[in-house]
Amino acid sequence: MANVPTALLGLLEPQPSHGYELKREYDTLFGQDRPLPFGQVYSTLGRLERDGQVVVEGAEPGAGPERKRYAITDAGVRRLEEWLREPEPPHPHLQTVLFVKVMLALLSGRSAAAFLDVQRAAHLQRMRELTAIRKAGPLSRIVLADYELFHLEADLRWIDLTAARLDQLAEEYGR
Amino acid sequence: MSTPILRAAKVTRSFGPTPALRGADLRVDAGEVLAVMGPSGSGKSTLLHCLAGILRPDSGEVWFADQRLDRLSERDRTRLRRREFGFVFQFGQLVPELPAAANVALPLLLAGERRRDAYRSAAGLLDRLGLAGLAARRPGELSGGQAQRVAVARALVARPRVIFADEPTGSLDSLSGEAVLDLLVDAAREQGTTVVVVTHEARVAAYADREVVVRDGVVTSLAATS
Repeated sequence: MANVPTALLGLLEPQPSHGYELKREYDTLFGQDRPLPFGQVYSTLGRLERDGQVVVEGAEPGAGPERKRYAITDAGVRRLEEWLREPEPPHPHLQTVLFVKVMLALLSGRSAAAFLDVQRAAHLQRMRELTAIRKAGPLSRIVLADYELFHLEADLRWIDLTAARLDQLAEEYGR
Repeated sequence: MSTPILRAAKVTRSFGPTPALRGADLRVDAGEVLAVMGPSGSGKSTLLHCLAGILRPDSGEVWFADQRLDRLSERDRTRLRRREFGFVFQFGQLVPELPAAANVALPLLLAGERRRDAYRSAAGLLDRLGLAGLAARRPGELSGGQAQRVAVARALVARPRVIFADEPTGSLDSLSGEAVLDLLVDAAREQGTTVVVVTHEARVAAYADREVVVRDGVVTSLAATS
C-alpha cells in the first residue's frame, strides 16, 4: 500500500515502538485483508530512518532489526501532518487511503473533520470539472465522465457518513 | 467586494422547541449558482425559506439587495417574492387542471400582467427551452422529468432575480434530473439569474459555482482547493 510509510509514522507518533508491535497495530487497523509483511515493515522503517523521519531510540541486546525501538522525529511529524492535511487527488477507488487518513488523524488527536472537509471540497471541485466536460464532450466522453462522477459521489457519501460518525469514532480510537 | 444579492446574518429559527438554524451566515453574489448541501434535518431548507422570505427568522437579518426581508410585512414579502423570486420544488407545484402553457403563465398573471401578454411570454419561453411540444399538455400527461422542466420554465418566466430550488431533482431518475438541471442552470446563467439550490446530492451540487454545507443549523463554507 502506498501509504505504509505515513501510516507507520502515524502509529509511532503516540509512543516509540518496535517493528513487530507496529506490524500488529497496522494489521489490526488497516491490514484485515492484507497483513503487512515483516520484511516491508523493516525496509520501510530503514528508509524512514535514512530520511531522518524516525530514529532508533534504543536496542535490546542482540542483533537484528527486531531489537530496535523506533521513535518519530520532528521531520517525521511534519511529513505526517502534511500528508494528513492534503486532500487526495480525487479519483475513483480511493476508499483505502481516505480511511487510513481518518483513522490516523483520530489516533494522533488531529482533526479528522478538517481532513474530511478539504477532501469533500476536492471531490466537489473534480465533480464540477466533470460536469462541465459532460456539457461539451462527445457521448463516449460523457459516459466516461458519468462513471467517474458516480464513483466520486459514492466516496462523498462515505465522507458524509464518516463525518456523522466522528464523535463515536473519536470516543473509540481518539487520543 | 460586490454587494451580495442575498445575505443572511446570524439567522436563528426554531420550530417549537427544535432549533433549525442557530446563527446561519451566508452571502450570495448576483448571478452566482450556489449549492446548499447538508444532511437531512441540518436546516438547509429552513435557510432557503428564510432567504426567500417564506419564513421569518426568530432573530438575525436577511437581506435581498438593499432591502431587509425579515422586517417586511407578510404582504410585502409575498409581493416581493412574486416579483423577484422564482421557485422550483421537488413535487407537485403545477396546477393539475391547467395545461403546461397556462401553468407557466401563472406567475405573470399573478403579477397583474394582461392575459394575452402572459400567454405569449409563456409560449415564447417554452419554445426557447425546447418545451413547445408540451405546452398543451396537463401535468397528468407529463412524465416527472417533463413536469419538472415545465416547473423550471414557470420559475423563469417572470425573469426573477433569484431562483430558489429545493431538491429539484429529488424525485427523478438520473437522466431526467440531468435534463432539468441543464435547463435550470443554463437558462439562469443566460438571464443572469442567481440560483440557490438546496440538495443533498453531490451530482446536483456539481452544477453550482460554489457550495456551502449546513450542519446543525450553521453554514460552513468548504475550503477552496485547486
